[in-house]
Amino acid sequence: MARAWRRAAPPAEDPAVRSRSGIELLDVGHTYGDRVVLREVSLVLPEHRVAVIGSNGSGKSTLARLLNGLVLPTSGRVLVDGLDTATDLRAVRRRVGFVFQDPDAQIVHPTVAEDVAFGLQNQRVPAAERDQRVTEVLARYGLTEHADHPAHLLSGGQKQLLAIAGVLVMRPARVVFDEPTTLLDLANRRRVGRVIEELEQDVVVVTHDLDLLAGFDRVLVVEDGRVVADGGPDETVGWYVARMS
Amino acid sequence: MSTLALYSPRLSPLHRTPAGVKLAALGALSVLLFAVPRLPVAPAALAVVVVLALGGARLTPRQLLAQLRPVWLWLVGLLAFHLVVTDLASGSLAVLRLAALVLAAAVVTATSKVADLVAVIEWLCAPLRLVGVRPGRIGLAIAMTLRFIPLVAERGARIREAQAARGATRPMFLMLVPLLVQVLQLAHTTAEALDARGADDEPPPRPLWRRS
Repeated sequence: MARAWRRAAPPAEDPAVRSRSGIELLDVGHTYGDRVVLREVSLVLPEHRVAVIGSNGSGKSTLARLLNGLVLPTSGRVLVDGLDTATDLRAVRRRVGFVFQDPDAQIVHPTVAEDVAFGLQNQRVPAAERDQRVTEVLARYGLTEHADHPAHLLSGGQKQLLAIAGVLVMRPARVVFDEPTTLLDLANRRRVGRVIEELEQDVVVVTHDLDLLAGFDRVLVVEDGRVVADGGPDETVGWYVARMS
Repeated sequence: MSTLALYSPRLSPLHRTPAGVKLAALGALSVLLFAVPRLPVAPAALAVVVVLALGGARLTPRQLLAQLRPVWLWLVGLLAFHLVVTDLASGSLAVLRLAALVLAAAVVTATSKVADLVAVIEWLCAPLRLVGVRPGRIGLAIAMTLRFIPLVAERGARIREAQAARGATRPMFLMLVPLLVQVLQLAHTTAEALDARGADDEPPPRPLWRRS
């Protein structure tokens, strides 16, 4: 099995004495029925921007879903800032926003502004503050003029921006993106790429879009449920491209 | 714009009127039209609704006609049925009554944000907390229904196009299974998205009989 620039797994001491900041996966495995999707993955992710690449079915989307508890590990533990996704699920989800590949599945309200407000309503944010934050985030992503428009009439790029706005308005400390540019044209891919680049939050991006990875701090290559390469974007992407050739 | 694009943002007196008041007026109109089944009442109600739509809500005649387009065949059928079974007066009464209600409902939805309408429904459902029901869930279900009807229709259209491109002769019949599969996949991802966006943060209320 090829392993390039693999970082050492975290030591297996008591989690209480380990760093409390960042994402940690401790011997994480996951199975769907008899199918093993992830095998004994151990990672510490303190970096600002981390990308996960790999073939279809390699386990990278499951890895992303583990980070905010959408999927719980079958074995091992996932810690976010010291919080275990298995036992502190709601607290973890407040810290980790998740942007899905298909924005249509993520937009749950008929109009743009109402959908952005949805997460804030769940967090019981007072109406005045909610309106202010919705207005701010719509302006930030160029959606103000669409605020009262039906979400299904937006373009694909606008829908993805709406999905991102709906997550960011909740002010998570980290954001996980699962193939955010897969359904987009070149202009919108670049636009979403700039949005990710400008985020103050720590981000983990699962993607097939290798152009997105310039400037990332760390890139992981997942294959057959394992992290087979781990390092800076230039060397890791180069290794991955050579392997796929 | 789709007929499901309900809200029509404008500055008008009816837009400023609380959604609860408009829903109550719509309910009162419905009761009136069926409690007083006389011919002068239905056309008068229709006229008032049209005046309110054009003047009070500042909708365009085109928007109003668009609301009648999905039901005009029903209206014609209803009139024809009455002409055969009863008489012209009864048929006119039934058609005008239905048209007045359809347009009144359109005025309410065109001048009220879905969130405001849903808030009224959640308020009306608040007593259901006593039996352990979350009114917020009812409101969310209504909002999601409005959101996903056009999306499912769009997915269905895509499947029909794909099947037609490959020579399917009965695409309406053949699209059911792939559409069902797509809708189930969509439902799964949407359920994940609801979790990720904190929809489960509110604990269910304890039913009255389980409270100490």
